[in-house]
Amino acid sequence: MPDGGILLAMLVATLRAATPLVLAGLGELVTERAGVLNLGIEGMMLVGAAVGFMATVATGNPALGMLAAMLAGAAMALVFGFLTLSLLANQVATGLALTIFGIGLSALLVVDYQGHPITGLATVISPGLSQASPMVQQLLLIDPLVVLALVLPFVVQWFLGRTRAGLVVRAVGESHDVAFALGYRVIRIRYLCVVFGGAISGLAGAYLSLAYTPMWTENMVAGRGWIALALVVFSTWKPVLLAVGALLFGFVTIAQFQAEAMGINVPSQLLATLPYLATIAVLVLISRDATRTKLNAPAALGRSFHAST
Amino acid sequence: MLWLSPLIAVVASVAASAVLFAALGRNPLVALYTMFIAPLGTVLGLTELALKATPLLLCAVGIAVGCRANVWNIGAEGQFTIGAICGGGVGLLWGDQPWVLVPMLLAGIAGGMAWAAIPAFLRTKCNAHEILTTLMLSYVAVQILGWLVHGPWQDPDGFNFPQTKQFTPEATLPLLIEGARVTIGALFALGVVPLAWVLLGRTMTGYRIRVAGLAPGAARYAGFSGDGVVWFSLLLGGALAGMAGICEVAGPVGQLQPIISPGYGFTAIIVAFLGRLNPVGILFASLLMALEYLGGEGLQMDLQLPQAATGVIQGMLLFFLLAADVLILYRPRLSEVRHA
Amino acid sequence: MSAPRLELRGISKTYGATHANMDIDLVVQPGEIHALLGENGAGKSTLVKIIYGLVKPDAGEMLWEGREVDIADPNAARALGIGMVFQHFSLFEALTVAENIALGLGNREDPCALALRIRATAQRYGLAVDPQRHVHHLSVGERQRVEIVRCLMAEPRLFILDEPTSVLTPQEVEGLFAMLRRLAAEGCSVLYISHKLEEIKALCGAATVLRSGRLSGRCDPRIETPTAMAELMIGSTLPACGRVAAARPGAVCLQVNGLTLPPDEPFGTHLHDISLDLRACEIVGIAGVAGNGQKELLAALSGERLALRDDAVVIGGIHCGQMGAASRRKRGLAFVPDERLGRGAVAEMSLADNALLTGGASAMVGQGIIRFGRLRDFARRIIDEFRVKAAGIDAPASSLSGGNMQKFIIGREIGANPRVLLAAHPTWGVDIGAALAIRQQVIALSDSGVGVLIVSEDLSELFEICDRIAVLSEGRLSPPRDARATTINEVGLLMGGMHEGLGDEGRAHAA
Repeated sequence: MPDGGILLAMLVATLRAATPLVLAGLGELVTERAGVLNLGIEGMMLVGAAVGFMATVATGNPALGMLAAMLAGAAMALVFGFLTLSLLANQVATGLALTIFGIGLSALLVVDYQGHPITGLATVISPGLSQASPMVQQLLLIDPLVVLALVLPFVVQWFLGRTRAGLVVRAVGESHDVAFALGYRVIRIRYLCVVFGGAISGLAGAYLSLAYTPMWTENMVAGRGWIALALVVFSTWKPVLLAVGALLFGFVTIAQFQAEAMGINVPSQLLATLPYLATIAVLVLISRDATRTKLNAPAALGRSFHAST
Repeated sequence: MLWLSPLIAVVASVAASAVLFAALGRNPLVALYTMFIAPLGTVLGLTELALKATPLLLCAVGIAVGCRANVWNIGAEGQFTIGAICGGGVGLLWGDQPWVLVPMLLAGIAGGMAWAAIPAFLRTKCNAHEILTTLMLSYVAVQILGWLVHGPWQDPDGFNFPQTKQFTPEATLPLLIEGARVTIGALFALGVVPLAWVLLGRTMTGYRIRVAGLAPGAARYAGFSGDGVVWFSLLLGGALAGMAGICEVAGPVGQLQPIISPGYGFTAIIVAFLGRLNPVGILFASLLMALEYLGGEGLQMDLQLPQAATGVIQGMLLFFLLAADVLILYRPRLSEVRHA
Repeated sequence: MSAPRLELRGISKTYGATHANMDIDLVVQPGEIHALLGENGAGKSTLVKIIYGLVKPDAGEMLWEGREVDIADPNAARALGIGMVFQHFSLFEALTVAENIALGLGNREDPCALALRIRATAQRYGLAVDPQRHVHHLSVGERQRVEIVRCLMAEPRLFILDEPTSVLTPQEVEGLFAMLRRLAAEGCSVLYISHKLEEIKALCGAATVLRSGRLSGRCDPRIETPTAMAELMIGSTLPACGRVAAARPGAVCLQVNGLTLPPDEPFGTHLHDISLDLRACEIVGIAGVAGNGQKELLAALSGERLALRDDAVVIGGIHCGQMGAASRRKRGLAFVPDERLGRGAVAEMSLADNALLTGGASAMVGQGIIRFGRLRDFARRIIDEFRVKAAGIDAPASSLSGGNMQKFIIGREIGANPRVLLAAHPTWGVDIGAALAIRQQVIALSDSGVGVLIVSEDLSELFEICDRIAVLSEGRLSPPRDARATTINEVGLLMGGMHEGLGDEGRAHAA
């Protein structure tokens, strides 16, 4: 029977592992609710992680690092938006290109900064951490981004469900033709959602390089962008459900380390496949009921809009 | 017209590379020369080009057939890896048998197909989209390879390095040219080009694939089996990627180790698009992309530029291609947008 | 007399090489119900989109109550007092009625107050709508009421309706007309777009007629004869098509036995116990308002969806219920679907390639290899025999007009020598000349011994060419009636879901 300290440690670790998934997933959820499928989350997160890391090394201030990461993610999303919304390029292909580009760009950017030590987010918030009791140390690991990941799903749910702006976003994702006929600026609204998705994906990436493992390693997002994408489908495009899904995934990730700590003798490489297998399992469970997915998915998802239709 | 946008994209990405090199503080002309011209100057360079183009070509043809059917197999990397594991396993087991290469190749192909069969099953039976499943399975495949070479298949005499024993000469593909690394695997890849061309352009199967990709409603109307097209294109893609995997480890790599590919399976997506999803076009696109790999290595050695620069250039190439496509093929549509 | 509510002077709009509108003038007076008349493709929709700010004209000016205006977008149009009910895509399926209306109003209003206002407006004009329901649960007629309420809540002074009656039963049309007359009496102008002459005669006090993008005339529909208006619309006298005499029906070629099928889509229709016999040399029509199971019935007959029992669909004596589309085609079924591009043909492919779509089992394919010589000959033959206007067999399907593409698809299906032809809305969106040619081909085909089943919303077309007519309503099919012994009104009642009552009578007839 694990004692309270271990339970708390596991809870905090789960929250921390879920945070990047929640953030990136919410960004994609809003993007998809507006009818745009951006498969470039992984690339945007990587660039966010790299730029956030660089900016933190350069300024010594993780807050500025996070801001830079959001701007970088937004810039990546703008490239995607320009290609798919203004030039009407295929969203799937462009999203893949964004990920491939992001993998290369992030690695290229950080070259001169690699190996620099940074002070992680938690350490900045609470200097003198080492004197505190283990329980308090655990609690102090709950940094502002973890809190944000706990609050933001409710905010987004309220925004989409209760505000007029959210209604317009849903309308655009439901049918761009109708929204346009009613006089809404479809392209502009979609740009805003895509850029929001990019900024928050960048932030999710920065969480990985600034707080989760305060350092940079190449390709460090390791498929979390894709898992976030699966979570959006899993949540049937509902923000709070997405957070629940992300917590489940966080737990699976943590279970992998816990299993090792508890001396369960499974090779680490096989344990590392768990999140990916879990993603597939979740996707299968949720997609099996085709009607349910169809019913909840934004009807215009992935379709290009041009005003002459 | 159809081939104009790849050309524009290539020119634009070369120009953008020059800007990138300048931004990284290198002489752009020297860097461009190192990247795109220098590797072609020697016979050895040309053989290396063929060596790198082989897996790209094989994977890209499979991906292209899938894309034609609107099946997004972006997990060629995983099928490549499992192909290498299955074929390599056969090679490790019966490495002293004279004809072991044939079962190795077959096992590689079967392994790739089996790995691609999972997303095919999940798509047709459970409605799970193949983009995510193929990709997730790629991560899983790479982890399995890591486990094997760290654990059960590790070479006991390898000073604890994570790698298997070297394949025996019987289990290694014959070289095409003495002194170079390129193997007869390049010929397999070359042979796939006309076969795929006939398949797509001349057969009823290819016609079904094209209709399913362009207009799923028309395919249903015509009574073509949607599931059949998904299975066919994924299995074909898996077979080709698996073949690429075994050819790579039974050729230049020579053993199983944690990293056997610099991302061939992903780069092949760019190759497929750059080649217009056409087998002949893919042949040229794979050579170009192989040149970028070689040039990237040159840049790393001569100009101390990180390998990642290649990835950036490849990503930009795909962006430019998508943009050029839209600007050239759909210009009238754009002008309408401006009017409305 | 005061200034007209709306005046257009010399409006022109060009798309590429097509002149959608050329130098069009239009005057709508206050309180007037004004018809905008023209056949499909005459430029009516482009013109109203210009008025509503959805499309920018290339030339011309627009005067609103005597003042020159530039309507940049629909918001500007609504601000002036223009409201519009669209023919297609105008509601968000997944949202509630109240949300849809809120989106259409453009101002921030408290949801509770809005719901009250919706009910009040709906009551005033006798339009029953429930603000809390989701649109996908509503019938087509109810959806139209939601749209009308949405427009009326903005208290428009010009109310535009684009082909509003194509989705309504004849009885619902009467209700709509009563509402429009009340609206006009209150001083609101109505611009009513249609190509149905009887309706315009019954409703409108003035008419502007368009033909191929140009103004072809103005008239007072209360005085003008339908024939004269039709001439303005088409430019020549209407040729009659009419079936002279039905050939004697032969053996049963298609049998539907108690076909029951649950929907496969979220908002689909459940098919209940559908039975029908189709004989050789016979044309049977299935009438009904869209959304009553037409899509589902067509898919179940064509084989795109399998029936639950093998004997539910019998083609030429062979049980085909569990066969796919390709197998049913081998048994002699040909099918002309309602969507031309994306279903009946692949837009990006050439006509030659499209000729192969349903010919996989023919001599054009041998050992899995396509015989391009035969394929191209077949495509050429279709173009020649059915007078398809195209640049050649290598022209992409997307380059053809709707009418010519339809002729090509019908030609391809007839070219397969079927024993049963299934056709969905064969002349929908097709110009009058092509529609006439298509009807004549269908009649000739049935005379040659083929059984033809037509699913259509166009009642006058069905009455023109069919021997028997059945009505599909809420997934149930009425017993077919002799077309010559039935009136449009009777069929209209069946379409409105008066199924149960009349069904008994129908059965009594049959007995």
